[in-house]
Amino acid sequence: MAMMKDVPDDRGRYGPFGGQYVPETLIPALEELFEAYAQAQQDQDFHLEFTSLLKDYVGRPTPLRKAHRLSEALGFDVYLKREDLNHTGAHKINNTVGQILLARRMGKSRIIAETGAGQHGVATATAAALFGLKSQVYMGEEDVKRQALNVYRMKLLGTEVIPVASGSRTLKDATNEAIRDWVTNVRTTFYVIGSVVGPHPYPMMVRNFQSVIGQEARLQFQELTGGLPTHIVAPVGGGSNSMGIFYAFRNDPVSLIGVEAAGAGIDTGKHAATITVGVKGILHGSLSYLLQDDDGQVMPAHSVSAGLDYPGVGPEHAYFHDIGRAQYQAITDQEALDAFHRLSELEGIIPALESAHAVAWVIKAQHHLKGQNAKVIINLSGRGDKDVESVREYEGSQP
Amino acid sequence: MSAGTALSEVFKRTKRERRVALIPYITAGHPSLTDLPELVGALNDGGADIIEIGIPFSDPLADGPVLQKAATQALNQGVKIRDILSITADLSAYSVPIVYLTYFNPVFHFGVRRFLEAARDSGVRGLIIPDLPWSESGEVFNYTQELGMSLIPLVAPTSTNRHIASLAKATGFIYGVSVTGVTGVRKDVDSGLKVLVDRVKQYVSLPLAIGFGISTPEQASYVGQMADGVIVGSALVRLIDQDRSRASQRAQEFVASLRQALSN
Repeated sequence: MAMMKDVPDDRGRYGPFGGQYVPETLIPALEELFEAYAQAQQDQDFHLEFTSLLKDYVGRPTPLRKAHRLSEALGFDVYLKREDLNHTGAHKINNTVGQILLARRMGKSRIIAETGAGQHGVATATAAALFGLKSQVYMGEEDVKRQALNVYRMKLLGTEVIPVASGSRTLKDATNEAIRDWVTNVRTTFYVIGSVVGPHPYPMMVRNFQSVIGQEARLQFQELTGGLPTHIVAPVGGGSNSMGIFYAFRNDPVSLIGVEAAGAGIDTGKHAATITVGVKGILHGSLSYLLQDDDGQVMPAHSVSAGLDYPGVGPEHAYFHDIGRAQYQAITDQEALDAFHRLSELEGIIPALESAHAVAWVIKAQHHLKGQNAKVIINLSGRGDKDVESVREYEGSQP
Repeated sequence: MSAGTALSEVFKRTKRERRVALIPYITAGHPSLTDLPELVGALNDGGADIIEIGIPFSDPLADGPVLQKAATQALNQGVKIRDILSITADLSAYSVPIVYLTYFNPVFHFGVRRFLEAARDSGVRGLIIPDLPWSESGEVFNYTQELGMSLIPLVAPTSTNRHIASLAKATGFIYGVSVTGVTGVRKDVDSGLKVLVDRVKQYVSLPLAIGFGISTPEQASYVGQMADGVIVGSALVRLIDQDRSRASQRAQEFVASLRQALSN
């Protein structure tokens, strides 16, 4: 298999995607960030500190283990990469620890972040607390209501949660508000973006911090089986956990499957299947695929999983899709909920609803994968404790 | 007369008249799209030299609360770009030069070339796109030059001298952002503004208009001592919002008071 071209290029482009579509005020800050990150990458001490925090604070490496009962039920081998066992319960912390280390290195005294369901907000608040940095997290008013427990978690961790009342009052608007804050306070403030989205160098930087997932999984799988998996399956909202596990396998003969949220169904218009629907656009600093109407106005996304409920997607995923390196499939709310139950019952693991989308795709593709004698790794990006209450309510309300 | 020239002509004239160009901003579709002709008429009568018309976008990340709200209200009424283009075509014949302000996605989605041609055909002289920084604007800039329009570049207090120097090829005017921040009404003009103006003047000979946070005749007069033009948006939109039944009259009076302040 041919080696992939290294992306992004020096203009922050992944093929036609990516770039820096932000107000002029922020361009110097992005240049400063790029330089600081490039220096940190060359610095052995930065690497050592990051790796040591991932080990002793986050709890890495996370296990990779065969899901025996699920494998038996499906008729092929399924392995789970257990990102749900990280401190704070999801992969998000890998990235926030990296960015906070960088913020400290750059002498920035104030941290801001956006959050949807609150997982990235909690991971940012956690890393900020670890280094005694002041942090504020923007969260849409709707999400503040829906995710009261995570709001309280952030408060416990010493972070101020700022409710956002503009637009659709969800993640998209929280991100707008975080960018407005950054434009205003750019000299003192570090903006911790939670996914492989935003202006260059964020998509690259977040990918690199998350790429530990795939590096571990690749070694672990070889130790367990002596070879490579046939498929890697991971959920895609903005796309940080999926890019994190895909990246180490990009030059291997391994199928990469990104699973988007089809919500109530693609044809209902109530979904978050950004790549599946496939219209190019610009949001939050980069060119990628985007849910939008005929006039280029951004449309609200819908998914039962708050972490996938975003109308954009990282530019590198758009690129992987365009060059055919990864396939993007969509799973409905109902299919994800069924998988949520199935994994809980078969493996004693309650997955995050995001991760349940990846499980659901593997179940749905059973016939096809069995025929190929597949060896599949599912990236179990987070634990489902945060979703138990909303699943119970959702199922209680169904006829 | 090509459009790039139309904007430069404005600044030549205001300079001859020993005053500072006044550039008011309104959002198309706020309070409603049918109000646009009357409001543009009022801005003309009040003494505007160039008029900025905002095409509303769902995610205006360079805007403060006042302009966010105006855009949301416009979009909730179903305002479409084609309708704005068509009304602009009627207006531009009797108005001072019109420039559009919008975000990049609506332009990109429409098709950059198609949008610019449609805007030119409607008589629009220039374009301001706050989330399209100069370093990403190559394609848009080239088309505007071919079509005889101006892509108005922005400079901010954080901008490097390298960025400022690269604006020499621009046409029309330069939009100087007075604050490190988003649009909105502010009590005071940033004390660092003079430094920014001096830096721009050191590198570029194009006229410099200052916007973001200028809301009163006093502030306009203060900024007018350093700049070639003054842009007023949020204060005007807020006033229109507060008194919808007399919006045009209030807008005309306000613009006239700014014009008065800039002519002294």
